Amino acid sequence: MSNAIISLITVFGVLVVALSVSAGLIWLERRLLALWQDRYGPNRVGPFGLLQVLADMIKILSKEDWVPPFADAAVFVIAPAVIIVPVLLTFAVITYAPGVAVADLNVGLLFFLAMSSLTVYGVVLAGWASDSKYSLLGSMRAAAQMLSYEVFMSLSLMGVVMLAGSFDLKNIVEAQKGLWYAVPQFSGMLIFLTAGIAETRRLPFDLPEAEGELVAGFHAEYSGMKFALFFVEEYLGITLISVLISVLFLGGWEGPLLPPLAWLAVKTLFFICFFILLRATFPRPRYDQLMSFGWKVMLPLALANLVVTGGILLAVR
Amino acid sequence: MVAVRNDTDLLAAVRKRFGAAGFGGQDVKGGPPVIWAPAEKLPSLMRYLKGEADRTFPMLFNLTAVDERLRSHRQGQPKGDFSLAYHLFSLDRVEDICVKTALKGGSPSAESIVDVWPAAGWYEREAWDMFGIRFNGHPHLRRILMPPTWEGHPLRKEHPARATEMAPYRLPEAREEKEEQALKFRPEDWGISRRHDDTDFLFLNVGPQHPGTHGLLRIVLQLDGEVIIDAVPDIGYHHRGAEKMGERQTWHTYIPYTDRIDYLGGVLNNLPYVMAVERLAGVEVPERAQAIRVMLSELFRIASHLVWYGTFAQDVGTLSPVFYMFTDRERIFDIIAAICGDRMHPNWFRIGGVADDLPRGWDRLVREFLAWLPPRLREYDRIVMQNRIFKARTVGVGAYSLAEAVEWGVTGPGLRACGLEWDLRKKRPYSGYENFEFDIPTAAAGDCYDRAVVRVAEIRQSLKIVKQCLENMPPGPYKADHPLATTPPKQGTLDDIETLITHFLQIGWGPVIPPGEATAAVEAAKGINSYYLISDGGSGPYRLRIRTPSFPHLQMIPFISRGAMIPDLLAILGSIDYVLADVDR
Repeated sequence: MSNAIISLITVFGVLVVALSVSAGLIWLERRLLALWQDRYGPNRVGPFGLLQVLADMIKILSKEDWVPPFADAAVFVIAPAVIIVPVLLTFAVITYAPGVAVADLNVGLLFFLAMSSLTVYGVVLAGWASDSKYSLLGSMRAAAQMLSYEVFMSLSLMGVVMLAGSFDLKNIVEAQKGLWYAVPQFSGMLIFLTAGIAETRRLPFDLPEAEGELVAGFHAEYSGMKFALFFVEEYLGITLISVLISVLFLGGWEGPLLPPLAWLAVKTLFFICFFILLRATFPRPRYDQLMSFGWKVMLPLALANLVVTGGILLAVR
Repeated sequence: MVAVRNDTDLLAAVRKRFGAAGFGGQDVKGGPPVIWAPAEKLPSLMRYLKGEADRTFPMLFNLTAVDERLRSHRQGQPKGDFSLAYHLFSLDRVEDICVKTALKGGSPSAESIVDVWPAAGWYEREAWDMFGIRFNGHPHLRRILMPPTWEGHPLRKEHPARATEMAPYRLPEAREEKEEQALKFRPEDWGISRRHDDTDFLFLNVGPQHPGTHGLLRIVLQLDGEVIIDAVPDIGYHHRGAEKMGERQTWHTYIPYTDRIDYLGGVLNNLPYVMAVERLAGVEVPERAQAIRVMLSELFRIASHLVWYGTFAQDVGTLSPVFYMFTDRERIFDIIAAICGDRMHPNWFRIGGVADDLPRGWDRLVREFLAWLPPRLREYDRIVMQNRIFKARTVGVGAYSLAEAVEWGVTGPGLRACGLEWDLRKKRPYSGYENFEFDIPTAAAGDCYDRAVVRVAEIRQSLKIVKQCLENMPPGPYKADHPLATTPPKQGTLDDIETLITHFLQIGWGPVIPPGEATAAVEAAKGINSYYLISDGGSGPYRLRIRTPSFPHLQMIPFISRGAMIPDLLAILGSIDYVLADVDR
């Protein structure tokens, strides 16, 4: 009985925290970008403009829920759900602190990789169902980009799996007690970070949206709540990748003095801010450059990392 | 001011080659020497002047028409209802020539010279659109600025200039249907095919509302995947009839209209206009006024380049720089507002000088700005110009050679990026530019990156000129003491009646400029900006032609973007640095 209640609390706790963190990120991103761009950002609604998120949510919820007459209505409606559900599901397999996890899955990492492959479908379906040329071009870019960056995203994590000897995220954190994997798997971390940015379609890898070229890319035809789902998914994705980097490479909840959850929050926040800083800094590469960077630079690097890690492990053990 | 005489050597050479009949000269008050030629000889004459003559003129700088039917002062010119004017340039010799031809009848026609100069394509379409002059042999003679359903040719004298002169606008069903039909996209109308072999092309409509086009520009892309097979620009969405408005304004009251042509360039638009009027009127501008003009021109050049810098970075995806550069631009506007009273539309130059003297404390503002910008520019170099992704996006993209640049009428930074050290401020100094020390930045490859390099270097050179203005601002009057200088000097009006009457008439009607023709050109931020004015002895221009740099630059888009990808197109558009009002006028 009490176990069931605790599980329920954890399930809803994780869901509420994940969703509200990603909503809060909208505010954080706008304020941080403003700071770095010599302007104020939203600072009128509530203290520090914090209630801006609430105001935005009310606005977006009360907007007309419109499906373009030329769109494939059923797919058009389902696509936002297809994109957000896998991300939310991934939050279930992460161990946030000892004992704080929705599902303690022994193949947690594989589950994450599987789910992140599924988000591609959301993007492609959204672009296809919109039946608009800009959306189509955006989703074609997204499909190619996300598929190719996924390849070495999973390869980059294999070093961690070899070191920890487990796909279980809890075990991986516990295996980092002495030394964070950021040190032995530094290149793996960089590759995973790069792939993570590409998976979340953030600048400099925001080609599927590419505001200046494709207007809004795959979600150009969306509005109201369906658009909000894409919007929130982007921030959920950032949060997810940041949590995962902290868990896989920075020892998760490990750290002195502060409680475990606080440590994880601090590490996650650091990477979230890094994501936002990237957006304030970088231009966007061209599609073919992005692809050749992925296949010709990142993939060999990920493979080399895998070989070297495996070789050293063999030699040591 | 000495009138420009006929180019007798060239005229003699032309007569020797083509026979004397129909050829002649004309005295103008400023601008290139004129050769009148018979219409049927035009294509061969153009070919001769472009490549075969002893002194060739490889660039078609401007092509326009004049409706001569109401003009009374045409002594010595061939009779005709319309005339065409071809302004040719030789950059190497810094020499230009204007070839004119007279056309007769209500629906005149001439031979097209598109196969001599591809750059004539848009100019001839414009002359057709505005005057109804048909160009035989033009591959695509359609309206360019007006909508396809427009009736009449606006720059003809019988066409109304004001909406109040027309019947009230009505949209009955039949007309609505017609307008709707005209909006329908048919690739054939644009001169592009639907398929090739077994490839069906994708047509992507970029604009007129698109975040990457910087204004109301429409480009229809013929795509194979993301690769551009052809790109056809559609302009005219920003057409406001600036040339027609000139014909109903007085010489003086037209000045604010010029501000709005290249709305990022401010006084860089005032300058060629007032210079042309001053040439017609024979007014000499005092030294101080010239220095004030130079200083404001350079400040506006920096402001315009800063807008380009930020938006170009944004076009390739960097979000932040545009905010920094607009902050800097506000600093410039602080100075400009202190001097002129307005920010973007200064309306500050006058016939014979400037509107008022520099305010007290102007030097402090300028000095502060000169200290403010250079360190920021160094920072921008690091965040934009040295960024590797930025380079990957712009190096080798949208390149054209020097010969191609000349062929298409490219001027300004786009020309200098091809390696030619050519700046009107140096080659044919005006407004006292010969007294300033500055360099002409150049680059070699003529691609998007090099155009950026040139502009960034130009910002620094302009700062140098502004600094020299600050340190050596000459004393003296800010407006010429001349009866046609506007507004006329007030002193003496209460002492003798003649001065008072002149002043009164000048204020009431504006100055009456003696009949004649004059051209004036300046190196504006985007290229050479030139005004061709015809006075028929009235209180306003009989014909006012604005040759803007953006017009020929945009015409090049198909040529330089074939084979590129969609993101490249945005980089190309950003690197051209155009303003749609400067294209459409």
